[in-house]
Amino acid sequence: MSGRRRRTEGTGAPAPAVPGASVASRRRPAPGRWLAWGLAAGLPLLFLGLFFAWPVGNMLGLGLWPEGALDLGGFGEVLSRQRTWRILGLTLLQASLGTVISLVLGVPGAYVLYRTRFRGQGAVRAFVTVPFVLPTVVVGVAFRSLLAPHGPLGFLGWEESLWGIVAALVFFNYAVVVRTVGGTWAQLDPRAEQSARALGASPARAFWHVTLPALAPAIASAASLVFLFCATSFGTVLVLGGMRYGTIETEIWVQTTQFLDLRAAAVLSVAQLLVVAGALAVAGRARAKRERAVELATEARAVRPISRADAVPLAVTVLALAALALPIGHLVVRSLRTPQGWGLGNYLALGTTGGANTLSVTVWEATANSLRVAALAAAIAVLVGTLVAIVLSRRPAARAGRRALSLMDALFMLPLGVSAVTVGFGFLVTLDRPLGLPVDLRTAGLLVPIAQAVVAVPLVVRVLLPVLRAIDPRQRQAAATLGASPRRVLAAVDARVAAKPLGLAVGFAFAVSLGEFGATSFLARPDAATLPVVVFRLIGRPGEQNLGMALAASVLLAALTAGVMLAAERLRPGTAGDL
Amino acid sequence: MTSMTHRRSARAVPAALAASALLALAACSFPEDAAPREASASNPDAGSAGGTVTLVTHDSFHIDEQLLADFTSRTGLEVQQVAPGDGGALVNQLVLTKGNPLGDLAYGIDNSFASRAVAEGVFVPYSSGEPAAADAAAFALPGDDTLTAIDYSDVCLNIDDGWFAEAGVTPPATLEDLTKPEYQDLAVVPAPTTSSPGLAFLMATVAAFGEDGWQDYWRALVDNGVKVVPGWSDAYYTDFTVGGGGDRPIVLSYASSPPFTVPEGGEEPTTSALLETCFRQVEYAGVLAGAKNPEGAKAVLDLLLSAEFQAGIPESMYVYPVASAVELPSDWVRWAPLAEQPLTLDPAVIAEGRDGWVREWSEIVQG
Repeated sequence: MSGRRRRTEGTGAPAPAVPGASVASRRRPAPGRWLAWGLAAGLPLLFLGLFFAWPVGNMLGLGLWPEGALDLGGFGEVLSRQRTWRILGLTLLQASLGTVISLVLGVPGAYVLYRTRFRGQGAVRAFVTVPFVLPTVVVGVAFRSLLAPHGPLGFLGWEESLWGIVAALVFFNYAVVVRTVGGTWAQLDPRAEQSARALGASPARAFWHVTLPALAPAIASAASLVFLFCATSFGTVLVLGGMRYGTIETEIWVQTTQFLDLRAAAVLSVAQLLVVAGALAVAGRARAKRERAVELATEARAVRPISRADAVPLAVTVLALAALALPIGHLVVRSLRTPQGWGLGNYLALGTTGGANTLSVTVWEATANSLRVAALAAAIAVLVGTLVAIVLSRRPAARAGRRALSLMDALFMLPLGVSAVTVGFGFLVTLDRPLGLPVDLRTAGLLVPIAQAVVAVPLVVRVLLPVLRAIDPRQRQAAATLGASPRRVLAAVDARVAAKPLGLAVGFAFAVSLGEFGATSFLARPDAATLPVVVFRLIGRPGEQNLGMALAASVLLAALTAGVMLAAERLRPGTAGDL
Repeated sequence: MTSMTHRRSARAVPAALAASALLALAACSFPEDAAPREASASNPDAGSAGGTVTLVTHDSFHIDEQLLADFTSRTGLEVQQVAPGDGGALVNQLVLTKGNPLGDLAYGIDNSFASRAVAEGVFVPYSSGEPAAADAAAFALPGDDTLTAIDYSDVCLNIDDGWFAEAGVTPPATLEDLTKPEYQDLAVVPAPTTSSPGLAFLMATVAAFGEDGWQDYWRALVDNGVKVVPGWSDAYYTDFTVGGGGDRPIVLSYASSPPFTVPEGGEEPTTSALLETCFRQVEYAGVLAGAKNPEGAKAVLDLLLSAEFQAGIPESMYVYPVASAVELPSDWVRWAPLAEQPLTLDPAVIAEGRDGWVREWSEIVQG
C-alpha cells in the first residue's frame, strides 16, 4: 500500500502532508490553518447542500419514501418499460455527439482565439459566448425556420432529426469549449512545443505529443461541462426533435409537471445521476492521468500574431463562426421585420409593455432586473466557485484526502447534471424555512440569483481549476519556505495566475445567470420579471408585435452578453508578472 | 483529539457565517421586496388589517397597475405575485406545497387539472359576494365550493383564410375534416404532454369521439400528416403560415386569436377560428388552505371578480371574463366569437381519464 503511494507521489512534486500545508507549517502546526481550510471547503459545501442537495434530496424522497417507507417498486416498473431504455439511449447518444463535435470544433477555436493575436479578437471572443445565453425558445424559432423544408438550410433534411438537435447543442456549447480550453492555452508556456520543433518534430507531432497532453485537463473539464449541458438540455431537444427524441430530462419534466408521478420521476432522476456521475468519473480519470504541473507563461510570451501556419485551425474556426452567425443573423434580421415593414419598430417597442399590455413591466425594466439579479448571482458564484477551486487545487498526500477532493469536485458539477424541474420543484417543497430561519425563500426574490449561482458555480470552478492545478506546488512551497504566510502564498502565487481566468469566470457566471431559465422559471415573479421571462411570455402570445418584441428582446439579451464578456476579457486586476 | 475539535469548530463556523450571510442578503438585496416582507415577517398575523397577500399564478396573469394601486390604498393590502408555472405544473406545485403553501390564493388553475387540486384539498371554501359571483357559479365544478371561475376561453383550430382562398381549397370546418386527403400535411398542433392548449385539444377529441373513439381519430390524424410540436408558440410562430411564414395553414390556437391578425391598416383578420372544434377552458381562483393571510386572499379574489378587473380581462389576458355584465371589445365582438356549442367533458370524467389519455396519446403519436 505504502509502496503504491510513494510511486504516485514520485511522479509529481513532493506533496504537503495536509491540504495546503507547506514545509514551514509542518514544523509549526497552526490551528488557524485548519479553520481556514475548513471554512474554504465548508462554506461552499453548505451552500451546495442548502440550495441543491437538500431540495433535490427532498424530491427524491417524495418519490422513493412516499409514506415514510422506502418504496423501490418504481425501479422495476420504470426500468422494465422499453420506452425508458430508448430514452436513456437517446440521451447518451445526443449528449455524446454534442460533446464530441463541440470539442472537434472548439479546440481549434480556442487556439485561434486565445493563442494567436489579430485585430478584433476581443469582439470575436465575446461573440462566441452569445449563443450560450440565448433563450432556447427563441433559438428554437431561429433553428426551426432555418431547417424547415422551405428554409435556407432545408436541403440538409435536418428538420425533426437527431442532427438538428446536435447542431443546436453544439451551437449552445461551442463557447464552453473555446473558453475553458482557451483560458489554459493562453497561459501555456510555448517553449516545450518550441523545443520539440527544434528537435525536429513536425508541427502536428509537436502538437499531438506536447501541447495536447498539457491541455488534456482543460479539455476534459470542457468535455464534462458540455456533456452535462447536453444531457440535461430540455427545450432544445423538445423543439428541434419534434417530440420524437425524448430524453431523461424531458421525461422527468413530463412525469413531474403533468402526471405528478414522483416515483417515476425519482427513478429517472437516479438514472440521470448515474449517467452524469459516470461522465464525471470518466472526465475525472482523464484529467487525473494528465494533470500535473505544466509550464505556465505570461500571455505576452505565449501569444503570437496569427500566421499562415495557422491555416487549419483558422479554417475550422471560420467555419464554426459562420455556423454560429447563421442562426444569430437570422434572429437579428427577423427582429427588424415589423408589421409596417422593415425597421426598428420592435426595438422602440421595448420601452412598452407589449401589444395590449402583454407584460407587467417594460422590456427595459426587465433588463434592469436581469442585470441586477445576474450581478448578485455572479458575485455569489465567483465567491463560492473560487473557494471551491482553491480547495480542489491542493494535492493532499493522503489517499483519503485526494479521494475527498475528487468527490467534492464531482459534487459541485452535479447542479449541471440534475434536472432543472427536480431542482425547481425541490426549492418549492424545501425552502419555506431554510435552516429554521423565518424567511420564506421560495417567494423571496433572493432565491432567483441563488438558483442561478448554483448553476454558475461549476463554470467558475472549471475555468479556474485547470489554471490553479497547473501551478507547480514547488512554487507554493518555495514561497512558504521563504517565510510567506499561507495567505501570502495564495496572494503571491495562486492569485496572480488566476487573475486572468478570474475575469473570464466572472463573465461566464454573469452570462449564465442572464440566460438561466431552468430552475429560475419556477421562481418567476411577474412584477420583477427578468429578460428570459419576458421573452418567454411575449412569444407565448399571438400578434406579430409580440413576436417582434420577443425577437428584439432576445437580440438585446445577446448584445448584453457580448458586452459583458467583452468587459470581462478586459478585467485584469493587476498585471500578471513573470512567474 | 485536538484536531477533532478544530474540525468541529471549523464546521460550525461556516454554518453560522452562512446563516448570517443569508439573513444579511435577505435583508438588503431587493429594495422593492424588502418593505412588504419585513412587514409580514414582523407581524405575520396582521393579515386582516392589511399586510401582504401573495398571489400564486401563471406567467400569463396581468393586472392593471392603477387597479392594483387603488386596491392597495383602499384595503392596505400589498399584493405580491409569484408565477411558478402554468397548467399541470402549477397545480402539482400547489399539491406538493399543500402543508405550507406558496401564497395565500392561487389563480390560473384550469378545468383540465382543477379536479386534482380539489381532490388533494389544496383550497378552502369561499364564495365571493361580488355580483359576478353568480356568473362564475355557472362554471363551478359540481359539488365543489372552493374554486371560483374567473375567466374562460375556447381552444380551437385556427386557419389562414388567405392560404385557402389562394389555393382554391375549401377550408375545413370540423375535426373530422382534418383526416381528409385534401388537408393532408396542413395542420400543426402542440402536444398534450407539454402544452395546456395541446391538452385541451386532446380533450376536444375525447369529447367529440368518445373515450373509446379518439384513439382511432388520432391515428387517422397522424396518417394524414398532422405535425405535433411541443408548445403553442412553436406551432403558431414557426409552422403556421400566418405567424412566422411556416407552411401549415391550420393551427391550434384560441377563439380569441383572430383579432390579433388584423393587418396594419386592414379591416379584417387574416385568420379565423373553426368554432366546431373548440374545447372550453375555464380558469379558476381559490383561497389556499393554510394561507397566512386568508382574509387578504378573499379580498384579492373579490378583486379578480370585480367589474373593473373583469372588464380588463380580454385586453390583458386574451380570454373572456365570466362577468356577463362586461362589455367585450368591439373587435372581439366582431372577430372573436365564442363557440355556440363548445366541446366539454364532465370534470369527473377528466379527473378519471386525463393521465391515461395522455399516456395513450404518447404511445399512439410518439411511439
